[in-house]
Amino acid sequence: MLRNRIVPLMRPCWLALDAYVRYFSVTSGGAVEQYIDRKRWAWMLSPIWICMPLMGIGLASATGVGAWNWLTLVVWYLVLPVADLVIGSDPNNPPESAIERLDKDVYYRVLPCITVPVHYVILIVAAWYAATRPMGVASFVGLTLSVGLISGLAINTGHELGHKKSGLERWLAKIVLAVVGYGHFFVEHNRGHHKDVATPEDPASARLGENIYVFALRELPGAWRRAWRSEAERLARRGKRVWSLHNEVLQPLLITVPLYAVMLAVLGPVMLIFLPLQAAFGWWQLTTANFIEHYGLLRQKGADGRYERCRPEHSWNANHIATNVILFHLQRHSDHHANPTRRYQSLRNFEGLPQLPSGYPAMFALACVPWVWRRVMDHRVLTWARGDLSKINVDPALSATRRARYERMAAA
Amino acid sequence: MTRYRCPGCGYTYDEARGDAHQGFAPGTTWVQIPASWSCPDCAVNEKADFKPVGGEENVGPR
Repeated sequence: MLRNRIVPLMRPCWLALDAYVRYFSVTSGGAVEQYIDRKRWAWMLSPIWICMPLMGIGLASATGVGAWNWLTLVVWYLVLPVADLVIGSDPNNPPESAIERLDKDVYYRVLPCITVPVHYVILIVAAWYAATRPMGVASFVGLTLSVGLISGLAINTGHELGHKKSGLERWLAKIVLAVVGYGHFFVEHNRGHHKDVATPEDPASARLGENIYVFALRELPGAWRRAWRSEAERLARRGKRVWSLHNEVLQPLLITVPLYAVMLAVLGPVMLIFLPLQAAFGWWQLTTANFIEHYGLLRQKGADGRYERCRPEHSWNANHIATNVILFHLQRHSDHHANPTRRYQSLRNFEGLPQLPSGYPAMFALACVPWVWRRVMDHRVLTWARGDLSKINVDPALSATRRARYERMAAA
Repeated sequence: MTRYRCPGCGYTYDEARGDAHQGFAPGTTWVQIPASWSCPDCAVNEKADFKPVGGEENVGPR
């Protein structure tokens, strides 16, 4: 009787001790294949660092300097690229034998789950601060965009959870996507983007020579349209109406709309600017991620007219430690697309993958300046295709001069 | 009634049980599944890639 009560209480202690021993046994080595996750404790940064807008608010309040409200953006676009450069890439790769143990480890599973309420806290606290404290326009914009960036990362949290097979994790994915009003991602990403990735059919795979702003006009409405169509098809098979609670595009919206409405009612008309601006900037983060993740890469068609299965070489990879630990390994994107249900802690890097020169923060900034992006990336795409333009996902709307330039680059 | 498994992620379609979420009632045979259907868990593999369970070798990489 007593034992039954004590054993569950002891479990967290055992887990902690086990983790502690595992962490330090790195020096022991041995003949047996042993994998130590050196990033184990660093994964805690994923839910912690997203509190950066609140730290900015705290510092702005304490010092009276409104510029602190820009802290999150400065860290993302300036500090993290430097951290990627200094800390460098990640030599750790879990072997197949370690996967089962890593997948079952409760510690890893809990982290994305606890990130979900953190996203709600950040949105609500920052909105309350913006609505109740006097601040200049620059501070307000800095705070709103900072929250927007973190709202974009709510899509990253929803992405990790939405790929899992358990009902709880899938529901948490929908709940966290609702923070930023992007619930249809749950449907379109898993059933549409992953199916058609690195083909011209996918609105979320960028084409060589495509400008990110033009891409956004294809990607944003494309995702909505395809999510709705996919749900309509599935619900028709189930004999359910598309306008029903079974619709997984509508479910998260039924959280977003009341949440935003209550915030507007309680916090006042300033929410008419704050909420759409942070959501739009959040969506923009996802659009940028989609833009850089498969730029120019193309799956080839076989004799049967089907595209080849997605392999690691069909996604751009970034193996940088500093940014991977705050993004649940999203940047080990090649393995993710080849094995979408694999958990973040188990994703691997491979030799010979198409590699981005830096992590996502720096690449996001580069992507916003099309001529810089093309300078950095186009020759990498051509190298990946061994100079064969027919093996690249090329923008069909390319001007004749640019096409000629690519042909010259390919020939060189 | 046969079961068919995704060679990538291990999702298994069981003809006897169907898949309620996907809208396939119990007893929906493999032939009745649309050719354009892909694995609901990973979407990497399509219907044509699935392997019957217990038949030929069907254990692929995880």
